[in-house]
Amino acid sequence: MTARAAIGLAALLALLIAAPALLGGYGLSVLILVLYFAYVGQAWNIMMGFAGQLSLGHALYAGLGGYIAAGLYFHYGIGPWLGIFAAVAVAVAAGSIVGYLGFRFSLAGVYFALLTIAFAEFTRIGFDNWEWTGGSGGLFLKVERGVVDLANLRGGPVMFYYVILALAVGALVLCRLLLESRLGRYWLAIREDAEAAQAVGVPVLWCKMLAIMISAALTAVAGVWNAFYYNNLFPETAFAMGRSIEMTLAPIIGGLGTLFGPFVGAVVLTGLGEIFTAAGDRLDIPGIKQIFYGVALLLIVMYRPAGVWPWLAARLGFAERKP
Amino acid sequence: MTSDFLLSLAQAVSKGLLTGMVYGLMALGLSVIFGVMRVVNFAHGEMMVVGMYLAWMGFDALQITPMLGLPLVAVLFFGVGYALQRGLIQPFIARPEHQQFLLLLAVGTLLANACLAIAGPDSRTVQLDSQFDSYELGPLVLDAVRVHAAVVALAIAALLFLFFTRTRTGKSIRAAADNHMGALVVGLDVRRLYAVTFGIGAACVGAAGALMTTLIPVTPFLAGEYTLLAFVIVIVGGLGSMTGALLGGLLIGVSEAVAGLLLQPSLKSMFSFGLLIVVLLLRPQGLLGRKESR
Repeated sequence: MTARAAIGLAALLALLIAAPALLGGYGLSVLILVLYFAYVGQAWNIMMGFAGQLSLGHALYAGLGGYIAAGLYFHYGIGPWLGIFAAVAVAVAAGSIVGYLGFRFSLAGVYFALLTIAFAEFTRIGFDNWEWTGGSGGLFLKVERGVVDLANLRGGPVMFYYVILALAVGALVLCRLLLESRLGRYWLAIREDAEAAQAVGVPVLWCKMLAIMISAALTAVAGVWNAFYYNNLFPETAFAMGRSIEMTLAPIIGGLGTLFGPFVGAVVLTGLGEIFTAAGDRLDIPGIKQIFYGVALLLIVMYRPAGVWPWLAARLGFAERKP
Repeated sequence: MTSDFLLSLAQAVSKGLLTGMVYGLMALGLSVIFGVMRVVNFAHGEMMVVGMYLAWMGFDALQITPMLGLPLVAVLFFGVGYALQRGLIQPFIARPEHQQFLLLLAVGTLLANACLAIAGPDSRTVQLDSQFDSYELGPLVLDAVRVHAAVVALAIAALLFLFFTRTRTGKSIRAAADNHMGALVVGLDVRRLYAVTFGIGAACVGAAGALMTTLIPVTPFLAGEYTLLAFVIVIVGGLGSMTGALLGGLLIGVSEAVAGLLLQPSLKSMFSFGLLIVVLLLRPQGLLGRKESR
C-alpha cells in the first residue's frame, strides 16, 4: 500500500465513523445499503474472486442465516448474538453440502453455478411451505420505536449503521489476512489453474471447501443483520435468484478478486440506483429505473470489464498490489 | 387407485407432454447457443417474454393470431439475435464466464423492463375461439390449442434437426462446435456461424414465446421464471444436446403437471429443482449429453 493510499483509507474511515452526525436520515439509509452490499460482496468475492468458483445462489446462506436467527428470536426470545452461531452453523452446513457435492463431482463454471441456483430455489420452495417460519406469508419481528437494545439488535438506523460498518471493515481486514495466508495463495493458484495446482500438491478440494464455508458463514451474518434491520422475511425475496445476483454485482463491477472492489462497486451501484430511482419517479414509466440500470451494467461490462477499482486505483495513484 | 384417479393422472401426463413440447422448443434455443458457443444465455426467459409480447401485440393491434404471427416473430428474432451476437456478444466469447453472465444479465434486464415500460405490468391474454375446442382421444380430453402448439413446436424442432444434419451451414456450425480451432483451420467463417447460431437460438425461443401466448397470459415477471426453467430443462436433458433439450422439456412438463395434481401447486417446481440436483450430481452431462472432452 502506498503512503497516499494509507492516508486516503484513514480519511475514509474517519468520515464513515462520523457519517451519522453529518448525514440526514436519507443519506444514512443510502450509506447503510452501500456498506451492506460491500460486506456481502466481500463474502461472495472470497469464492469467486479468490478461489474462482462461481456461485449464483448465495441468497441461500443469507436467507438461512436470517431465518434461523429471526426464528429463534421470534419463537424463543433468543437474541441474535446467540442466534448468529446457529445461523452461521446452518449456513456453513448448507455450504458444505453444496460445495462437497459440487466439488466432489468436479462440477465447474456454469454447472456449479446452476447447482448453487438449484439449491437456493429448492430451499425457497421448502420455506414457502414451512409453518415454523411463517411459510409464504412471511416472518415478522416486532418493531419497538425509541428503543436501542444492542443485545437484541433492536434499535434505529444509527445502531444498524455502526454494526454494518464494523462488519464491512472486519470483512475487509479478514480478506486481506486470508489473501496473505497460505490458504489465500492456494486459492489464487486454484483460480488460475486448478489442475496445475493439484499437480503441485495443493489440496484443491479442501481449499475450495474452506472457501465456500467461510463465504457462507460471512453471508449468513449479513442475512441476520438484514433480517433484524428490515424486521420481515419472505421466502420469495430472501431466497430469490435476484437476491443472489444482487450480491455478485458489487464485486464484479468493482473489480473481482480485489480487496476494495466490492466497496467501490457497492458505491457505484447504490449511487446509480438512487439516481435512477429519483429519475424514474419523475418520468413515471414502469421499469424505467431497471432500464437505466441495465444500460449502466452494459456500459460497465463493455468498457471496464475488469472492474472500476483497478482503473480508479491507477488513476488515483493507489496502486493496490494485484493478487 | 380408482379409475377416476388414473384418468386424471393420464389427463395430467398428456397435458404435461403437450406443454413440455413447447418448453422443449424454448430450451432448444438455449441448448444450441451453449452447445456451439459455450455461452449461457442468461437472458433466455426475457427473450421468451419478448416473443410472447410480440405475438400478443400482433393479435391485439392487427388481429394476427399467434400461429400466423409465429413465422414473423421467428424471422425478426433471428435478425435481432444475429445482430446482437455480432455487435455485443462476439467480443465476450473468449472472456471469463462472469463477464458473459453480467453482459447477458444486462441484456435481459433491458428486455424485460422494455416490455414492462411499453405494455405495463398487467397480464395480457390472447383470446381465440379455438381455446374452447378440444380433441377427444378415447377417454382423454386434450385442449386444441395445446395440441396445436405441441405439433408446431415439434415441426420446428424437426426442421432444425434437418438444418443441422442436411445443410452445409448446419454442418459447418456443428463442426465449429466440435472443434473451434479445426473449423478455423479449414477456413470456416466461425464468427458468422456463431451469429447464425445465436439467431437460430433466438428464433427458437421467440417461436416458443408465440406458442406460449396461446396457453397462458403474459406478464413481464414471467421472465426470470422461464430463464430458470430453461436452465433446468437443458441441464436435465444435457447441455448442448438437441434431443436432450426436447426430452428435458417433456420430462419437466410432465413432472410439473403431475406434481400439480398430486401436491400443492406451490410445491410443483420443487420437483423440477430436485430432479436438476440429482442429474447434476449423478450425470452432470445430462441424460443425453456427451461427456465434455477438454
